[in-house]
Order: sequence, then C-alpha cells, then structure tokens
Amino acid sequence: MINNKRNFSLNVFERASICRHFENEVYKRIVKKEIEFPVYLSAGQEYAPATIAEIVSKKKIKPLIFGQHRGHSIYLSFGGDINKLIKELKGKKDGCTYGMGGSLSIHSMKINMYGHDGFMGSNACIGTGACFSSKKPTIIFIGDAALEEDYVLASLSWVSKKKLPILFVVDDNNYAVLTKKDERRDWEAKELAKAFKMQSFDMMDDPMKISKYLKKSLFKKPTLVNIHTQRIFWHAGAGKDKENVFDRYLQQKKLLGRKADLLDEKIKKRMKLLWEKN
Amino acid sequence: MGKELRQTIKTITSHHLKKNKSQVFGQNLTGVGWVAGTLPKLFEKDGVIELPMADVAGGGIVTGSALMGKRPIYIIRYQGYNWFNCIFIVNYACKSNAIWKIPCPMMIRGISSEGSIGPVAGSAHISTIYKMPGLKIFSPMTNKEYSNVYKNFMKSKDVFYISEHRSSYSNTKEFKNDLTGNKDIILMPISVTRFAAEKAKLILEKKGFSVGIIHLVNLKPFLIKSEWIKAIKKSKFGVLMTDNDYVDGVLRILAHQINEKTNKPVSVLGLDDKTAGHHKKVDNLPPNELKIIERVKIIIKKK
Repeated sequence: MINNKRNFSLNVFERASICRHFENEVYKRIVKKEIEFPVYLSAGQEYAPATIAEIVSKKKIKPLIFGQHRGHSIYLSFGGDINKLIKELKGKKDGCTYGMGGSLSIHSMKINMYGHDGFMGSNACIGTGACFSSKKPTIIFIGDAALEEDYVLASLSWVSKKKLPILFVVDDNNYAVLTKKDERRDWEAKELAKAFKMQSFDMMDDPMKISKYLKKSLFKKPTLVNIHTQRIFWHAGAGKDKENVFDRYLQQKKLLGRKADLLDEKIKKRMKLLWEKN
Repeated sequence: MGKELRQTIKTITSHHLKKNKSQVFGQNLTGVGWVAGTLPKLFEKDGVIELPMADVAGGGIVTGSALMGKRPIYIIRYQGYNWFNCIFIVNYACKSNAIWKIPCPMMIRGISSEGSIGPVAGSAHISTIYKMPGLKIFSPMTNKEYSNVYKNFMKSKDVFYISEHRSSYSNTKEFKNDLTGNKDIILMPISVTRFAAEKAKLILEKKGFSVGIIHLVNLKPFLIKSEWIKAIKKSKFGVLMTDNDYVDGVLRILAHQINEKTNKPVSVLGLDDKTAGHHKKVDNLPPNELKIIERVKIIIKKK
C-alpha cells in the first residue's frame, strides 16, 4: 500500500516535472524576447492536471479534454507531444496547432484535447455539448474567474440535469488577472456546484487528496472539484506577482527524496535539449 | 396544391435525425406549434433536444455536439437572439477547421418574422454575424432552394446559417430569375422581400417598365454570376436590392460588390435605421411592393 502510494506520487511528480521544466524553458525565452506573443505559464499549477492525468491513466480512460489559456500543463500532463508544443510556441507549421495556436489555443487529437477560442469559460459549454452528444467521459478545466461567467453556470446546471460523465476542474489560483476572488464574489465553487445538485469538493493541490476524492467517483456522476493552487508567474508573460509563494512541486520533491531529485535533474536536462533541438 | 415549405423542412429534419442519427437543439421546441409546423413531433430519445433557457451556453453546447461530428441542427426562434446564440458558434465552430483542422459543421435555422413584435424578435439579423470567416449564409424561401441548401450542408465541413422567414413556410411556389432582354432596372431581393419584389415587378411591367429580377439565396459566400453581370451592365438604371435586415448591414456589403463588378448604380432598401417598437404603429418593416415601386420610380426619374 505504502509502495503503491509512493509510486503514484512519483508518477504524478514525473508528469509535474515535465510541466515545470517546460515552463521554465519558456520563461527564459520570453525574457530573451525569443517568444513575443502572450504566453500563459502554468508553473505552480501543475499538480491538478498531473494528478488527474495519472488517475485516468491508471483507470485506462481516455477522456475528452477541454482546457483554456494556461493549458501547457494540461497538454503535457496528459501526454501531449512535447516537441510539437515547443514548435507551436515557436510559430512553426508542424507545431501541435500548426503554428496557429500560440500558447492559448493549443490542442492535440492524440490526447483528445480540444483547443480554446479565447473566450474564458467557453470550453465549459462546448465540452458539455461534446460530452452530451458523444457520451464520452469529459474533463473541463477552468479557472476561478471563468467559473463566474454566466454561461459556465448554465453549463453546470445542464450537466447536472442530464447527469453527464463530466469532471469540472476549477484551477483556483485566486486571481482574475490581478483581481482577487474576495473582491469579485462571496460564494465558493463547492457551494455553487452543490446548489446545482452536483458532487463537489474543495481541496488543496495535494496529489493524495485529489486522488482520494476522485478515484472512486470519477465520471460516475457530474462532479466539480475546486483545487487551490499558487500561480508562480504573472497572468501572462515572464514575471512574478510575489516572491515566496507556496510551491507544491518543490514540496513534493522534498517529500519524495532522492528518486524525485534524480527525476527532476533528468527531466530538466531533457527539456533543455528538446528546446535547443526544435 | 403543391407542398408547403414547412413540410419540406419537417421531412428534411426527420430524415436527418433518423438516417444520420443527428440531433436538433433549441428552446421550446416540443410544443407551441412545433416551430410553426417545421419540426416533426419527436423528443429527446429521437434526437430533439430541449436546451435550457441559457442562450449563450446553448450555442456552445451545440458547438460541442458539432465538434463530435453530429452535424446538429440548431433552431434560433428569433434572429435577434443571434447576439446571444451565435457567440461560440462564430468564434469556435466557424474557426475550428482553420485553427485546429477539426471541422465543426452544423446547420443553424435562424427564423425571422415581422410585425408588432419589437426590435429583437422582428426582422432578420444576419448582419451581426456576416463578417465572420468560416460561416456560410443562405436564405432559401422555396422547397427546392431549401433542399439544395441541405444537400450542400451534408457535403460541407462548414457552419451553415439558414436565414428563414415565417412567411415563407406556407410557400408552395418556386422563383425564377428574369434577365431576358434589356431591362430598365434589375431587382435583387433577399428573404421575405422576394415575395414583394415579385409583386412589384408585375405591377411595374403593367405600367410599361422593363424589370428584371435576381433572387438571392446564397448570401455568403456571395458569388456574382457572369450572366448577372452582363444583364446588370446592359440595364438602363442598374440595381435595386431589398432585404429585411437593417439597411446598413449585409445589404450595403453586397451592393458594394455588385457595384464594383458592374460599375452600375446599386440602390438599397432594407429596414430603416431606427428601432422598432411593439405595436404596428411603431413597426420597422421590410419594404413591401409599394415601397419598391415608389423607389424604382424615383431611381428612373432621377436619370
């Protein structure tokens, strides 16, 4: 049991590590102005997609995935082609979105990940329709700000009414660009989902907690999980909102010890090489 | 007596649901006259899906269905709701093939109507979405035209917007273009104004004017046929276009294209640039035959 848990944590860590070192490489290139369009870095928020990707992988489920901006970690966690994402961010035609997607609209049919149009939360309605018509298990990633869009609320209501096999993941970094949640609303995602008669959870981005809540009920009924995360970099581009934010990745690295250190080193080198190669 | 257009739409919809295992989405479908008798009496198990009264989300839900290759039909009961219903369609479904190489075909039935029904429920509103790439727009008013548009939709990877009009549902006739001989003026009507233009043509001809007519069904892409160009160039006074959308919209866009190709004057008659109210005293109606005749006379007099 303890070994299983450790393997699970290490597998999640490996996925998160790919995301973290990928984003660090992107960060450097934004600073050097090699990438000169809006990029939404997901460093600090890797653990929600990395954990959920590991859970569905273990269950041998290949869900439809609808993300929005800040989606690099979704793409990478679920096994999107790293080389193609690098090429996409370099504007190349053989990128994952044929050089059209930039950072915001990435997609990959290999992992059933559909692109985003730029309207915050539109993926909630579109993912709902896709799930309704295909009956396939579906994951919709939104942020705490997108959750406030009226059409997202309407989608939650319909998902619940139709009992669709959808997991809504709210990546709650507390910010709408720079406006904090308590300046925007007085309700919590979990309570909102409950009002729509959905199963709902609220938790930190601790992989064991995410796993505990989702493992059994995943795709069995409409579910919303609000996961509190910490954004390390700015809303868009290279820079930091503040220093010393809690970093789940570093916390897990420390917790997992030597094996995680080795993985971290190996992936860091690999990512550097891939960026140089492409 | 021939078949009414409403029956053709109903038959096409039935066939689309049964043969293609598709879905029809909309609000208040299964009742209140079954969309003026154009929808077969079917329910969710058959593919007729009642959406929640959330117009913006509704358009997104249909987009998701289209993304899964279902080729859904989406019924918008009043075209004024295009503002809400089409946000994700024009910004996702219409761009999906260009950005992600994933076609997202759907057929939208946008219904227009006129008279004492206010600025949202009244008239056509396709000008709001016309500019968006990846969208095809048609305005069939006859059985053959509707069937042809549907056939093309089934071969296409695009989003089709069908601009319907309630007054056309009882129509049993087909329309023919008339470009024979040298015309004084050529009418180019759209949607419900095609019925009025036909009447105006007859009256004007009785009064000795030679009037041609080109019925416009394919609005986007708008292809101007060579025989149209020839006839317009030969005409004495050019073209009068008519529509049931506001005059400063699609109508002027198309008029400009015709003018560019023919170098002939192109006049337009659509809804006035004013807001309609909810009573017949304060309507903003599309041009009827009298208005068309009056405008033709003014054009001819000016010369």
